[in-house]
Amino acid sequence: MLAWTVDAAQGLAALLLAPGVVGLVRWLKARLQSRRGAPPWQPYRELRKLFAKEVVVSTNASWLFRLAPYVVFASTTAAAFLVPFLVVPRPLDAVGDLLVLVYLLLLGTVFLALAGLDPGSAFGGMGSSREMTVAALAEPTIALAIFGLALSAGSTNLGQIVARTLADPASALSPGHLLAFAALFVVMLAENGRLPVDNPATHLELTMIHEAMVLEYSGRYLALVEWAAALKLLVFFSLLGNLFVPWGVAVALTPGALAVAAGSIVAKFVVLAVGIAVFETRVAKLRLFRVPELLSASFVLALLAVTSSFLAR
Amino acid sequence: MSALAAPSAPDLASAAFLLMVGAYTAGALGALTAGSSALARSVTAAGALLGAAAGLVLALAVLIAGAPFALTVPDLLSPGGGLALRLDALGAFFLLLIAVGGLPSALYGVGYTAGYAGRYSLRWLGAMLNLFLLTMSLVVLADNVLTFLLTWEAMSLTSYFLVMTEHDRDDTAAAGGWYLAMTHAGLAFILTAFVMLIPPGPTSTFAELRSTAATLAPAARSVVFTLAALGFGAKAGLVPLHVWLPRAHPAAPSHVSALMSGVMVKLGVYGVLRFALDLLGEGPAWWGGLLIALGAASALLGVLYALMEDDLKRLLAYSTVENVGLVFIGVGAGLLFASLDQEASAVLALAAALYHALNHAAFKSLLFLGAGAVVHATGTRNLNRLGGLVRTMPWTAACFLVGALAIGGLPPLNGFVSEWLLLQSLLPAIASAAPLVPPLVTLAVGAVALTAGLAAAGFVKAFGIAFLALPRSPGAAAAHEATTSMRVAMAALAVLCALFGVGAVVIVQRLAALLGGYDGLTGRPAPLAEGLSLALPGAFGGMSPPLVALGLAVAVAGVWVAVRLAGGRGLRRGDTWGCGRIGQTARMEYTSTAYAEPLRRVFAELYRPTEDLTVDVHPESRYFVQSIAYRSEIVPWFERYLYAPLVRRVGAWADWTRAIQSGSAHGYLAYLMIALLVLLAIALARSG
Repeated sequence: MLAWTVDAAQGLAALLLAPGVVGLVRWLKARLQSRRGAPPWQPYRELRKLFAKEVVVSTNASWLFRLAPYVVFASTTAAAFLVPFLVVPRPLDAVGDLLVLVYLLLLGTVFLALAGLDPGSAFGGMGSSREMTVAALAEPTIALAIFGLALSAGSTNLGQIVARTLADPASALSPGHLLAFAALFVVMLAENGRLPVDNPATHLELTMIHEAMVLEYSGRYLALVEWAAALKLLVFFSLLGNLFVPWGVAVALTPGALAVAAGSIVAKFVVLAVGIAVFETRVAKLRLFRVPELLSASFVLALLAVTSSFLAR
Repeated sequence: MSALAAPSAPDLASAAFLLMVGAYTAGALGALTAGSSALARSVTAAGALLGAAAGLVLALAVLIAGAPFALTVPDLLSPGGGLALRLDALGAFFLLLIAVGGLPSALYGVGYTAGYAGRYSLRWLGAMLNLFLLTMSLVVLADNVLTFLLTWEAMSLTSYFLVMTEHDRDDTAAAGGWYLAMTHAGLAFILTAFVMLIPPGPTSTFAELRSTAATLAPAARSVVFTLAALGFGAKAGLVPLHVWLPRAHPAAPSHVSALMSGVMVKLGVYGVLRFALDLLGEGPAWWGGLLIALGAASALLGVLYALMEDDLKRLLAYSTVENVGLVFIGVGAGLLFASLDQEASAVLALAAALYHALNHAAFKSLLFLGAGAVVHATGTRNLNRLGGLVRTMPWTAACFLVGALAIGGLPPLNGFVSEWLLLQSLLPAIASAAPLVPPLVTLAVGAVALTAGLAAAGFVKAFGIAFLALPRSPGAAAAHEATTSMRVAMAALAVLCALFGVGAVVIVQRLAALLGGYDGLTGRPAPLAEGLSLALPGAFGGMSPPLVALGLAVAVAGVWVAVRLAGGRGLRRGDTWGCGRIGQTARMEYTSTAYAEPLRRVFAELYRPTEDLTVDVHPESRYFVQSIAYRSEIVPWFERYLYAPLVRRVGAWADWTRAIQSGSAHGYLAYLMIALLVLLAIALARSG
């Protein structure tokens, strides 16, 4: 019972923490670019404002447009509940493995892409088409990176990957692990619409991918979509943090271990937020048709990860 | 049928078999002799529904009892060994598949073919549909070479006639020609494979073939396997033998396309499994490797061409090539593991392949029926002329969406579970110690994942462009919802897509159990599930389809309730943002071609599209554009480099034979005389 409570609590905590992490990245970026920037809790204010606002829906949009934000939010939440934030092993491990998590996120992407087409706007169609292109090309990298991890851990189960690396700390420095980390880092950038694939702060419709797709959303629908996007970033952060650098994750349900786990995961989020803020300040956005090159490079990294895991077995 | 000999067959199975044959035959004869076309439609559906239902009972009886059903009619066609029928677990699974596609398609046909009255012969169509279902069912029952080849060829011919239903359309005749040529090329390979296995003597039951196969040299067995893989691969639509699919499936009436794409191509898989698992027995590892490579190529090329397709039914046909490729990857992995003596992994991979075949039968039939409803309502298959159907055809839209999500491999539907299982079953192969296997399978995993991603993109395009936004043509604007029978058929399949996904735990265990006894698999596979979860031995992970579905449902409901409780202000309708321009038209929307443009650029080396852009400017100033014409075409490279020269060569040969065809009766008599003399001379030489 306690295990279930902890599982539910960590999922909900992730849900609540997600906008803050996005706010932190934005604030760090602003500081790095010598701007004052909005405080890290700004996204919470925006969400509160959006939830209170009236919704404007295009006259051309159908029920799918109004259903999509719920499906996007629900599938991202379901994916977040599969992530071991604090403790392994956990009861929810039997529900789904890393592949299920990836497909749940893809479900959200597909519904957003459909909703992008629904109002019939050229921007929505453009964003939708580009988003699906990036998502499709990122898919083989994700699968191979997962297989690279699974080969050394003996499982695609998230809890087991974490437990295995904890038991054998040297494996975290194996080339297979590091290559898989690099591949998933690129995928994280692409899947979350970060630079250099997409610019989350852009104001020009023609250069948008994710933002163009959700251009027609407003009010509570936009709040759900934005929150889900923040949660997706958090899910990727915790995958990168806990699967590759699992130290701090509790292996027993004691208050002390859980406190350490909570502290360490927040520290990992901060490190990754700083990393992404520095990275995004350093690079420029790629032209859309250069993005496949980046993704094929990440595919090669994942392929090398599998190969080296296989050779090191 | 005095010579009916049914030893030890349970009564239920015999009765179901007789009812199946009787209902299909009566349906065919009744449709042919029906007084009115409305009556012909009803009789057609009644016969097909009853026959498919009886087939379902027969399949379930064999699967549940675990005892094969056998029946021989030695007096009929006795020089060839008589007719021999036997339904074992493998055949019963495919008979079940025929029912999954057959029942909804038959029901759908009632409403769909109403529009054919007065244009095409509904009697002929109904008779051929019933005979097509009958011969498909008999193919999986056949137990000797004669029965198999007769029913196989009858299946090909009836489906050919069904493809030719709309014979007055320009592309139908060409589609039929391609189909006929490819299916007979396949038949030639299958025939040769059988001939190499047939023992001397009048009969040639599969049991005798099995013992002959055991005595064959390894090289000869490999030749038989390769021939069977090519022959049945042509029927299944493996690259590069798939060229008939994107032609024949769109030309056929949509419920026939559903049957051909959802069910008939699976009989190609059945043929390969029958040869590889049953008749030939365990082979070298490269058999599996060959199938994995062919499967991966089919999956990837199938989905890549599906993405570029603007014709809804051609898109679905290419997607069948993709899914058959995925099935063959599973089959190949199964054979590979079996030859490496990794039984648990072999059973898992084969079960994943069969499970995906079953799922594909459900969602591809659903999608073809949905496409048929769209064609029926709008008169066009061109995605660039569709749009906005979600408002005029809400039922069809909802069902098509379920099918699109299922085929896109999205949770919690069935396509997701079988793709997950397929990926999991490939994992142990990467860890295999056999040379060349890990790199091959690693690339196959990459191909499967890319295929899954591209399929999701392709079906977002198919659904999004056809059903969402504003209608792009008057035909699409005037669309109407499908008739009741069509809606019920589609809804039933949509429910099946969900059930097959949630019920994966039960289904996969059943499939693993039925594989016992084939190819040296012991028949006592390790349990694949724990409670509600698929927990795989030998593979790496576990998951629970019902709990994933439940979690998603709870999350959607929870968020909805929470947002409701939070209140917030109302909802207002407004214009779509057009950068300040008011008055949105369908011309501002993304089209199907535009949607696929980024991927077309990414894979430009493969597609090599021809583009033709003409801009017409005003004579006074080139800054005033009067019209822009853009035309682009993609000719698949295997058609350009493989089939086009082949067709030219065959044409040249045909021209050459014209030289001896003078048209004069005297000339032909002379040929007869010469042939007779030559034969006599040969006979003399041999006897002397």
